[in-house]
Formats: sequence, C-alpha cells, structure tokens
Amino acid sequence: MNRKQLATALEPLTQGVFKNNATFRLVLGTCPTLAVTTAALNGLSMGLATMFVLVCSNAIISMLRNFIPRKVRIPAYILVIAAFSTLVQMIMRKFLPDMYETLGLFLSLVVVNCILLARAESFASLNPVLPSVLDGLGIGLGFTFSLTLLGFIRELLGTGAVFGYSIEPIVEAGLPMTIFVLPAGGFMVYGFMMVIFNAAVKAAENALNARKAARNADAADGTKIDEVEKSEVADTENADSGSSNSDERHEERSAAEGGAV
Amino acid sequence: MPYVLLIIINAVFVNNFVLSRFLGICPFLGVSKKTETALGMGIAVIFVMGVASVITYAIDLALVAGGMEYLRTIVFILVIAALIQLVEIFVKRFSPSLYSALGVYLPLITTNCAVLGVAIMNVTELTEVNVLYAFVNGVASGIGFTIAILILAGIRERMETADIPASFKGFPITLLAASVIAMSFAAFSALSF
Repeated sequence: MNRKQLATALEPLTQGVFKNNATFRLVLGTCPTLAVTTAALNGLSMGLATMFVLVCSNAIISMLRNFIPRKVRIPAYILVIAAFSTLVQMIMRKFLPDMYETLGLFLSLVVVNCILLARAESFASLNPVLPSVLDGLGIGLGFTFSLTLLGFIRELLGTGAVFGYSIEPIVEAGLPMTIFVLPAGGFMVYGFMMVIFNAAVKAAENALNARKAARNADAADGTKIDEVEKSEVADTENADSGSSNSDERHEERSAAEGGAV
Repeated sequence: MPYVLLIIINAVFVNNFVLSRFLGICPFLGVSKKTETALGMGIAVIFVMGVASVITYAIDLALVAGGMEYLRTIVFILVIAALIQLVEIFVKRFSPSLYSALGVYLPLITTNCAVLGVAIMNVTELTEVNVLYAFVNGVASGIGFTIAILILAGIRERMETADIPASFKGFPITLLAASVIAMSFAAFSALSF
C-alpha cells in the first residue's frame, strides 16, 4: 500500500476527530456530554466506554449489512448496540465499581446515544468492515477528546482540580466557581467551546484552501511548476508527485488542526 | 397522596429532566426552533413517557422475579421502540387529528434518552414504587421536559431578529440561552427535601 492509499484509508479516522467531531461539529450525544463532564476522568471513561461500543457495533453492523432487511434495520441496530452497552456495563461494574456508580444512569443510556445510531445508519451500513471500524475509532476518539476537554475545563474552573488532584494555590485563593460543575455551567462551557472549536477548524480549513489555491496558481504558472515538483520529489523521495501532494496536504491539515486546538 | 405531590414537584422543577438531569438534550436543542413544534414534541413526550413508565414497570416486575435485572437495558429499549410503533399505529387509526399533530415526532422519541431514562429511574431511584407512582413520575417528567423546551423555543424565536455574532449563531447561542434557563431553575434546588 503506498502512502496515498494509506492516507485515504485512514481518512475516516482523522475526519472523526476534527471535521466530523461528534460533540462540537455534529452535535450528537449531547446528553452524556453535558451530564458526565463534571470531572475530566468521568469524561474520559464515558468517552472510552462509548468508543468501545461504537467500534464493536460498527464492526458487527457492517458485517451484517447485506443480511439486515431495510425495513427492520433500526430495531436490528438498536439490538446490536444494546448488547454491547450491556457488556460494557457488566465489565465496568466488575472492574471499576466506583466509576460505575459515578456514571450511573448514563452508562445504561449509552444505548440511546444518537452517535451510535447515526454512525450505524450513515456509515457502517454502507461500508466494509475495516473503514467502519476506523470510523468508529475516529468518532470515538473525537468524542473522548471532547468529553475529556470539557471535563478538564469544568473541573478546573469549578473545583480547582485537575484529574481529581486539587491544586492548592487555586483552592486557597478561593478561585473555584461552583457554577461550572452545576448544570448551568455545563451548558455555558459547551457553548463557548463549540465556538472556539469551530473557529479553529474553520481557520485550519481556510489555511488549507489558501495553500491549495497557491499550489494551483503555481501549477498554472509554467515557470514555477518545475521548481515545486523538484522540491517535492526531493522532500519525499517519491517519484509520484501526485501522491506526495495529497500526503503533504494531509499532514499539514492535521498539524494545523493540532496546533490550533 | 403527599408522596405523589413530592414526585411531581421534584420531576417538574427541582430535578427538571432537561435542565438538571441532562436527559433529552437532543430534542431540546433540535426541535426548539418554533413554539408550535416544541409544544407538539412536548405533548408526544408526555404521552409516551406516561405509557412507557407503566409498561416497563410491569415488565421489570417480571425481570426481577426471574432474576434477570441485567437484561433491563436491552428489554426496555426494545419495549420502548415497539411501544412507539404501536402508539403510532393506534393513534393513526383512532385519532387522525392527533396523528397529524404528533406524527413526525413519534419516531424521533425512540432515541430520546429521557424515555429510557425515566423507565430506568422508576425502578432504581424512586424510594417507594408502585404503578401509580411510576406513571405519575413519567407524566411529570414529560411535563418538566415540555416546560423547558417551550421556554427555550420562546427565547429562540426572539433571538431570530437579534444581532448575534456570526460564530455564535445556531447551537452555541442556544446553549448559552439554555445555560441561563438552567441557572434560573437551579434556584428550585432550595426546594429539595
């Protein structure tokens, strides 16, 4: 597999984290997002639990996509999802009883998380197993990342702690604002983070398009094209300049987004 | 009787389903653009929650008797999905006018976590539980949902003409409005007993 194919194959993964970020871009699965993010660790565990269910259910639904009749597909998807969320519930109850208590009701409610049904319907039921698993992984990672970020901010502002370890100077100065761990603060932090995240993704996309436009302008200009291609070949030591083009674009994008966030 | 009153005040105000428990946020944000659609959604939710509470309570008795509590999630969600289909057929047959009012919202309710939430809460969180209390809790929670979504819809209708910064348009400003509503509902926590 050359680099271009690899980049296309991994596209669902990167898209799930940034462009199709479930929390900030698609606005799916908002109930657990707001309810469990009173602390970073809760957000992280909720995200990981959801990711596990998402990857497994995407894989199974994609395997069965040619056998499930169109008419009963929604109940069939729900059954698959419910089986895996029950599994997660049982595993957590056995090995992480404290976290099981904290997440409580919302662990059962993974089954009605709209992210799962949305990905089953719009991706897993149309694509082969491997891309579906990658899509589940990408969306799941994006969800985990967003939940942990929101939890981190709310925990720090609300209780002056980071992942459960309270930071003495902040607490002693009386800076923690309880409102941020209350429901009202949840809505507020979510709203502001959505603005920031969308602005960052938009900026990254604009930068990318500007690059692309500049490249096209170069290509139109006959004198410059040789230079560009030469440098690219030298950079990547790849004879196929088309593939190196798309690869570079990909790397730039992830780098830009990583920096922006 | 006082316990019924307690359940109602608790479900509608103190632990409002949307604003304090964070259940049913998806329809709360998604279907709150206009007051009429919000009201339609709210009534559909009250209806389904009331019926679902009674049926899942009965099924839970059977599950507990058989020692199969671990099947709760799967059984409840299947029952709720089937129930919503049945309700849709039933309403279509016997009350076309109600069907045309609720029609579009009924299928959406399947993935409304508030319905599954209230079903699970009825059997795990109520201190005293029987069919009546389960039913009252279901209906009252639905009413709490309706009140919250109606307030938000009213605010969003006003905001349509407001001058909002471009990056705040859509979901972010709605979330901030919800935050203010949640803040005012937080005052009800003084009523908790």
